[in-house]
Amino acid sequence: MDQTNRLKEQQRGIRLTVAGTVLFVSAMVGLVAVAEPLYKLFCQVTGYNGTPRIAEGQSSPGGVAETMTVRFDANVNREIAWKFKPAVNQVDVRIGEEMLAFYEATNTSSEPLVGTATFNVMPERVAPYFNKIQCFCFTEQVLKPGESVQMPVTFFIDPDMLKDQYARDIKTVTLSYTFFLNQDQSKAKALSATQANYSN
Amino acid sequence: MADTHAHAHHDHGDHGEHAHHPTGWRRWLYSTNHKDIGTLYLVLAIIASFVGVGFSMMMRLELAEPGLQFIHDQHFYNVILTAHGLIMVFFVVMPALIGGFGNWFIPLMIGCPDMAFPRMNNISFWLTAAGLILVALSTVVGGGAGTGWTVYPPLSNHTFHPGMSVDFAILSLHLAGAGSILGAINFITTIVNMRAPGMTFHRMPLFIWAMFITAFLLLLALPVLAGALTMLLTDRNFHTAFFEPSGGGDPIFWQHLFWFFGHPEVYIMIIPAFGIISQVVSTFSKKPVFGYLGMAYAMASIGVVGFVVWAHHMFTVGFNVETRAYFIIATMVIAVPTGIKIFSWLATMWGGSIEFKTPMLYAFGFIFLFVVGGVTGVTLSNAPVDMAFHDTYFVIAHFHYVLSIAAMFAIFTGMYYWLPKMCGKMYNEKLGQWQFWITFVGVNILFFPQHFLGMAGMPRRIADYPDAFAGWNMVSSSGAVVSLVGALLFFYILWDTLRNGAKAPANPWGIGATTLEWSVDSPAPFHTHEILPEIKAEPAGHH
Repeated sequence: MDQTNRLKEQQRGIRLTVAGTVLFVSAMVGLVAVAEPLYKLFCQVTGYNGTPRIAEGQSSPGGVAETMTVRFDANVNREIAWKFKPAVNQVDVRIGEEMLAFYEATNTSSEPLVGTATFNVMPERVAPYFNKIQCFCFTEQVLKPGESVQMPVTFFIDPDMLKDQYARDIKTVTLSYTFFLNQDQSKAKALSATQANYSN
Repeated sequence: MADTHAHAHHDHGDHGEHAHHPTGWRRWLYSTNHKDIGTLYLVLAIIASFVGVGFSMMMRLELAEPGLQFIHDQHFYNVILTAHGLIMVFFVVMPALIGGFGNWFIPLMIGCPDMAFPRMNNISFWLTAAGLILVALSTVVGGGAGTGWTVYPPLSNHTFHPGMSVDFAILSLHLAGAGSILGAINFITTIVNMRAPGMTFHRMPLFIWAMFITAFLLLLALPVLAGALTMLLTDRNFHTAFFEPSGGGDPIFWQHLFWFFGHPEVYIMIIPAFGIISQVVSTFSKKPVFGYLGMAYAMASIGVVGFVVWAHHMFTVGFNVETRAYFIIATMVIAVPTGIKIFSWLATMWGGSIEFKTPMLYAFGFIFLFVVGGVTGVTLSNAPVDMAFHDTYFVIAHFHYVLSIAAMFAIFTGMYYWLPKMCGKMYNEKLGQWQFWITFVGVNILFFPQHFLGMAGMPRRIADYPDAFAGWNMVSSSGAVVSLVGALLFFYILWDTLRNGAKAPANPWGIGATTLEWSVDSPAPFHTHEILPEIKAEPAGHH
């Protein structure tokens, strides 16, 4: 009888262990399934990878005495035939003050192209205080062949930065963009279709 | 256990000692016997090692001299190094140490008749075998996968690997990973529930502790790899943009996911080795393991800390200084439990009546190689040093010392130690010792100079190099030839043992071998421990 009990006990133990391990694996699968949004959230909250804050619709808190130099950097991925450069290379801005800057993009190809810009801020420490109110990088951009546009970005630097002992000594920050060819080129196709209709 | 015994005989007649047991191809294809499945894993590892080692020899041949001699296509060189890495990690070291020795000796050492789920054990093996076929195919379809075993995007995305090669590699890892997860569930269930009466957790042999901890690491790490690979697969084929900046993704995200799996993976490969070395050092010193509990919990803490150090593989991506400081310190902390293991092995030998049979020589070799690789590991854990050494041969030398040759030495240790139990025949001791010395000298000539090359700045994953690096590369390649001789001699010894080996007694190693597998006949009968052994005093391996 003792053995039968032991076997029963063992069967119960086996079922429990399997349930436990399967739960363990499912938990890890669940974790990795939400890893992507979590990673983005983490970057936005902490400014990791130089992820600036998006402050759409907000207004700046007003300038304080201290100033910072903001440099503008522009890059183009090789898959998209655009020229892309900042209107000015750098500006001095009062911390807390709203600032409007322009980039200039030209489509050098013979077809309409949809581009999306990724962005980051270096040094990383400033990223959590770098607020973008409006930016061409929030949406995709469509340029006709040969077309040139001015692309605006409105931003301010949060005066809270001056309270952060690891960031307050930083005097220069670089805002960087890289334009990529958007995977979804349907808007470009629509544009060329309408043009084709006109020329007929 | 008379009831169980009778139960086995009457209800499942084919499990009985004298009853029919399957023969021919059915015995292997349908196998549910832990020993046969263990053998299958070992055979798989041997077959895969021919391919994996073959690729490494091609690389060393090309690298023997500057300029492009044999491999003129850089992409082909990348394909070889990728396949070498994937095959050695997933289809040689893991199947041998975990599937092979784990399946063979977990039931034998804890005193139970078989694994908890014999049929699941079968599917674990065949999933791994299918994975090996797919990874082999990934080298030939669509131009071959030349991504490195880390499969970083953007190199691994559809722009740079438009063919199906990377998809084959991904699916291969999916299959091998699924097999490993099922195997890990099986191991944990068996160890938790099926230990012989009286074998408490704190009386388990250290090899069982090692397999138990490894199984947990597999459960934690492999789902993350599977998830990351699935994202890469959809990025490649279904236009998602997890790792694609043009769609708002981030290639660095891949690196985090990959190394969250990848770092525990290196412990998955080395902790079983720790277990084998502990058994062998104790057996041939004729002493119980020094600091048994410290050894067990050192492995557990290596496993735990191994999950929070992953970013030391990616110091160059531009972390801020606090992040780097954290990952440096966390990484260095691992040296503490590792040191506990090394010193406990030495203390086990201290004052012991040491017998230098081949397994013990290999255990010595393992400890030496692991210490060398461990020291360069501490060097590399410093972010500022790593910035300079990143992607150089210094890194190659480091991880080959720990993962390739130390892990390989643990496989040799286990093979020589357990061969008498597995096949019932003794290997030729003299040849075994020759094989050890040839291999030991060979691998050190092969990998030690790579430290110098790395410090001089030679980058990895490139088939050519400036003339200044010619000298040590030639030395390294000649070491590869010596190592190859050692490997071939091992296969000769294996063949010689199976053919001509003298009959092995149940316990060929004498009073030092106290674990339960030595209490059954050699070769271990098809069914063992049908009557459960009772563990009364301090047991198995550490009285």
